[in-house]
Order: sequence, then structure tokens, then C-alpha cells
Amino acid sequence: MSIILKAENISKQYRLGLVGTGTLKHDFNRFWHRIRGKEDPYLKVGGVNDRTKKATEDYVWALQDINFEVEEGEVLGIIGKNGAGKSTLLKILSQVTSPTTGTIKSRGRIASLLEVGTGFHPELTGRENIYLNGAILGMTKAEIASKIDEIIDFSGCELYIDTPTKRYSSGMTVRLAFAVAAHLEPDIMVIDEVLAVGDAEFQKKAVGKMQDISRGQGRTVLFVSHNMAAVKSLCTRCIVLDNGGLAFNGHTDEAIDFYLKLNSSNRGIRNNSIFNPNEFEYSPHVRPVSISVGAVGKALEEPIEFEDEIEFKIQFNKLSENIQIDTTLQIKDSKGNYVISCGSGLSQNIENKNETGTVEHSVRFPSSFFSSEEFFVNVLFVENKKTVTVKLDDIISFQVLESTRKLGEWMGKSIAPIKIKLDWFLSTHD
Amino acid sequence: MEVLYQIMNKQQDQWLFEISSKRKLIDLNFKEIWRYRDLLVLFIKRDIVTVYKQTVLGPLWFFIQPFFTSVIFTLVFNNIASISTGFVPAFLFNLSGITAWNYFKICLTGTSNTFRSNAGIFGKVYFPRFIVPLSKVISNLFKFGIQLLILIGFYIYYLVNGAQISLSVYTLLFPVYILLMMLFGLGVGMILSTWTTKYRDISILMSFVMQMLMYVSAVPYPLAEIQKKQPEYAWVVEYNPITHIIEGFRYILFNPPGVAFNWTPLLYVSLLATALFLVGLILFNRTEKTFIDTV
Repeated sequence: MSIILKAENISKQYRLGLVGTGTLKHDFNRFWHRIRGKEDPYLKVGGVNDRTKKATEDYVWALQDINFEVEEGEVLGIIGKNGAGKSTLLKILSQVTSPTTGTIKSRGRIASLLEVGTGFHPELTGRENIYLNGAILGMTKAEIASKIDEIIDFSGCELYIDTPTKRYSSGMTVRLAFAVAAHLEPDIMVIDEVLAVGDAEFQKKAVGKMQDISRGQGRTVLFVSHNMAAVKSLCTRCIVLDNGGLAFNGHTDEAIDFYLKLNSSNRGIRNNSIFNPNEFEYSPHVRPVSISVGAVGKALEEPIEFEDEIEFKIQFNKLSENIQIDTTLQIKDSKGNYVISCGSGLSQNIENKNETGTVEHSVRFPSSFFSSEEFFVNVLFVENKKTVTVKLDDIISFQVLESTRKLGEWMGKSIAPIKIKLDWFLSTHD
Repeated sequence: MEVLYQIMNKQQDQWLFEISSKRKLIDLNFKEIWRYRDLLVLFIKRDIVTVYKQTVLGPLWFFIQPFFTSVIFTLVFNNIASISTGFVPAFLFNLSGITAWNYFKICLTGTSNTFRSNAGIFGKVYFPRFIVPLSKVISNLFKFGIQLLILIGFYIYYLVNGAQISLSVYTLLFPVYILLMMLFGLGVGMILSTWTTKYRDISILMSFVMQMLMYVSAVPYPLAEIQKKQPEYAWVVEYNPITHIIEGFRYILFNPPGVAFNWTPLLYVSLLATALFLVGLILFNRTEKTFIDTV
């Protein structure tokens, strides 16, 4: 296979802050250097693109020294956190802006679906907008005319096709826009998060179309997404961007693992808390030692997947006899709503009245239970089933991933934090 | 083995295109613009179709603005301030000047706002940016054409009423003057567009500078009049190239008796317009690559 796209030393520098008199001063200085044939004085400076830290310089490198190659017919995934430089890379690839240094060489035309519906004019009808949008994306009128029936059919907006698009619902506009974009035929296609649009039925159609594009027609695709399920099912290889640099380049599964570890350490996901024995002195009977959550049969650092059983372990020092200590988990979803309360008080197995020393309570949640999002956990220690002696808010958190859905299945996010797998029974009545 | 290596090497060098940080001075890719010609046509169509959607009077608005401006100019400058317009009826004189000026003005302001008003599209997809000002200049021809109709209407009216105006062989220069207005509008507009992306001051400045420019471009009075009444300041108007476009435009329409056509200003304006257009093109091409970072 031959290389169709090659990025060499791509870097992009941005100026921080507002455009004002300072900009004018720098512009003059840059101009003064240029007419004397010197290098741009501001290219030497620039901090690393880490938005959590306070800026120390006026310039930042949104991308720095990115090198990669794409083979013909390959579906390359580009993953990274928000602000890692994905969008900047896509903008450079789609020629919206040019890199500060470096070159991209291509053997084919690149078309991008950065955001569908670009250039839609609300006063024009659906049909007129198909032509306009298609032409903006690089199709000729004849090409569009030959595909117009297919596009209208794919969008499912036939009834409204001669109505101005300002009368459309937002869903219809998106469908129409995606339909146009999906019928582009460039050599290299850049796709950014388009799977997040529309309802379930339309998503299925869209993913099917994507599958055709990448598999059936042998098109080269660069696919950017936060949706690991989609990345896993579509991409053969991935690059991971982190703080503007290329952090990983390799097989999709390894790349996703790499990304998830990077993600959890950066986003403050803490699935293991260990306590200083001198803390929490306000209870005479209990000293927490450690609290952890992880997938059964996996190390704590490994990502928790939807199919894994999830185990919570609470270790504490019990200082007094003749007192029953129960533990309770309060689990919140990423929006902060309490979704589960689960206490050992309801279990027959926890009878520790006469114990002292280090005690461990553990509980397992079944596989296929939590949907793919982040959860935050409060841990409560309860004395004699009536008094809360220690309450630890948000003491651990965990993230569940769903990455093994089949291609063509629904790729969207589950609407509820709990997505439970139960046995269903079929019976027929004649 | 060596041969194979060479073949591979050769293949490696055959890239279709390159996205690079390096800039060429003039990078206008005519082949690419030609490839996007359908887009140009669709943009023109969009601009014409959408302006007067959901208005009752529709394209009639194109008539109303120049008509009333001419009425006011005639009242103020010719009736109250008694500026002489020679053989040409004052109203017709003003109407022709305003029609030409309007076209030039809309070409210039439309072009200078290219990057700002299209930041949304430009930030998402690539196509040759030059298509946008080009489509503006061409779609405005439609508006100009309609305004020309009203001018022709009044022209015939005054001709029937015995005004000493006539067409001549110089009327054939009409397309040349249109082209000059286009080139000037595009050239100056593109130069300004490179600044408006970064510094908004320019677009604020533009609105009143255009107003003042109209008065020093001999729109509401003939050039001869200011040379006669204010000879010490006349040079401002004389050096202004727009003056000569407006003056020439009026000459070829009215062919005033006893005045010979002067080729020198036409030559001067043509050279200047071409030069400005080329400079504008260079700057525009430089800006289009990175404007999205500063707009």
C-alpha cells in the first residue's frame, strides 16, 4: 500500500489573550524582523498547550512537531481530550488555516466534514441548499445533479425539499446536511464527530454510510471522535494527541487503552483512596484505611468496561468492640444525581460487633449494569445501624466504558446512568 | 534493488498538493478557481435571490434609493447652492453619478468585509476565497443593471424634452468603466480586508470615509466647477482616481457639446486600478491562509 498523506513537523502557534495594542506592537516587530531578513522573533517562545496551567507566555503551541503517515484505504482515528489539538490538526488538514511550521503532503483531494451544514442559507429551499452546500464542499453542479435523488432520499426530507430551510426543524437540517456530505467523493475524507447527530434511526443510517465509505469503497478516512465505541469499530489505527503533541501512534485497541489511562489521570478520576491513619479523628471507633473500585480480574489502573463486574473494597480500622459498623455507598452520576444507595446494613453477611483491627467490606455490582459515563461515590460509616460517624463525599470516582458495540448498532450515549442487562422472555399468543 | 529504490523515491515525490507554512508571493490558482466555477455561479444566484425575500417591494428598492438621493442632491446642490451642471439636466447628472458611485462603493465595502462576514464558512471548509469577493462584484452588477434602467428611463425623458445630451462613439467605453470600478473596488477592498480581519477599527473608519470620499470624487458636482471656484483645493479631487471614473462615466453617457474626450485620465486610472488589484490579490492570498486565527 502506498502512502497517501504525510504530515511532517506540523506545528501551530496561537497568540493568547485579546487583540489590542500589544498585537500591533508585535506585528510591527515581526515586520521589522522580516524586512531585515530575520526569523520571526515570536516563533522561539510559546508554552506547552496545557489549559489547566496559568499562562506564562503570550504565545502557545496548539500543535508541536506532529509527524504521521496515512496509507491509502486506511481509516485512521484521531483521539485526544478536549483541547489536545485535534481540531487544530483538522483545520490544517482541511486547509482552513495553515501550519506555523511544517508541511502536509497529499496525493489525493481532502474534503472535510468539520461541521455539517456549512453555508446553508435559511431563505433557500432544501434543494437549492443541496446545490450550494455541495458546491462549497467541492462538488460540481453536474455531480450534484446526478446524485440529487439519492441525497434527498437519504435525508428523508422529500416532503419539504422545496420549502426554505428556515422552516425546517433542527433535526431535519442536520439530516439534509449530512446527506449532502455523505455523498461527497474525495480521496481522503476528514470526519469530526458527525455520529453525534440525529435520532437513533438516522444514526444507524449514518454509521452504515460511514461503513460503506471506509470499507466498501476503500476510501481513506481520518476520523475524529470522543466515542470510543465508534472509533473501535471503524478505525484500524489511531493516533493520540495530548497537549499538542503526538503521544501515541499505533493499533486501535492499544491507542484506546493509552487514551483512557491518560484521560483518567488527567481528569481527576480517582478509583483508589488511601488514608493517613491520623486523619478522621472525629470518630472514636473507625479509621478508614483505603477505599477502591475496580473491575474484577483486572488491575486497578485498567479501565472498567461495561461487561466487567465492578468491585468496591472498603478497608478500615475498627477500634472498639461491641459496636456494629456498616458501610454505605452513595453513587452519583456525572450530573450529580444520586442513582444508587447500597449499604451493608441490609446484608446478612456483615456482622462485625466483636471484631477489632483491620476490617474489609467488599461488594460487587454485576456486569452490564452501569452505563458508560463517570460516577462519583460517597462512602458512609454507620454505627449500630443508626448514626453516621464518618461521611466521605466524592471520595472515589470511576468511569465505565463501552467499546465493544457492533458496527451498525446505535452509537449514542445511554440516556440513563444505569443500563441493566436482564433476561427477557419471549412467548407468543395466537 | 537500486532501480526499485529509485522508483519508490520517485513515487514518493509525486504529491498532488502540499499544505505548507511557506508563502508564495502570488499564489492565485486559476485552475482551482475554474474548478469551483459552479460555486461562483451559485453564490451569485444566492446573493441575488435572497436579498429581497420577504419584502413587498422587492427589487423596487433598488430604484428608490438612487432616485431620492438624486432628488435631494438636485435640491441642495443645484437649486440652493446653484452648482452648474452645464448642458446636462441637474437631476440626470446626479442620478448618473450616484448610480456609478453606488456600484463602486458596494464593490469596495463588500470586498473589504469578505473575511469577517464569511468567517463561519471560511472556518469550516476550504475553497478558493477569492470566489467570494468575485461573486459579490458580479452579483452587484445585477443591482447596478436595474439602477441603470431607471437612468435610461430618465435619459429618454430628458432627451424627448430637448436636453442637449447624446450618445457617441465613446459610449462604447461603457464596459471599460464598469471593469475599472470592479478592479478598484476589488483591489482597495482586498487591501482593506487584510486589516479588517485583525483590527476592527478599519471597518468603523470605512463607513464615514466612504461618505467623505464621495464628496471628493466629484459625484454631486462636475470637476470643472471645483477647478473654477476653489482652484487651490481642486488638486484633491483631481488626483483622486475615482473622480475620473465618475467624470468619464458621465462623459460617455452625455457627450456634452464642445468638450473633447481626454484619454490621459483613463490611462492613469487603468494603470492604477490594475496595480491596486494586483497588490490586493497578493495581500488577500497571504491573509486567507491564517485569517481564521485572528478574525
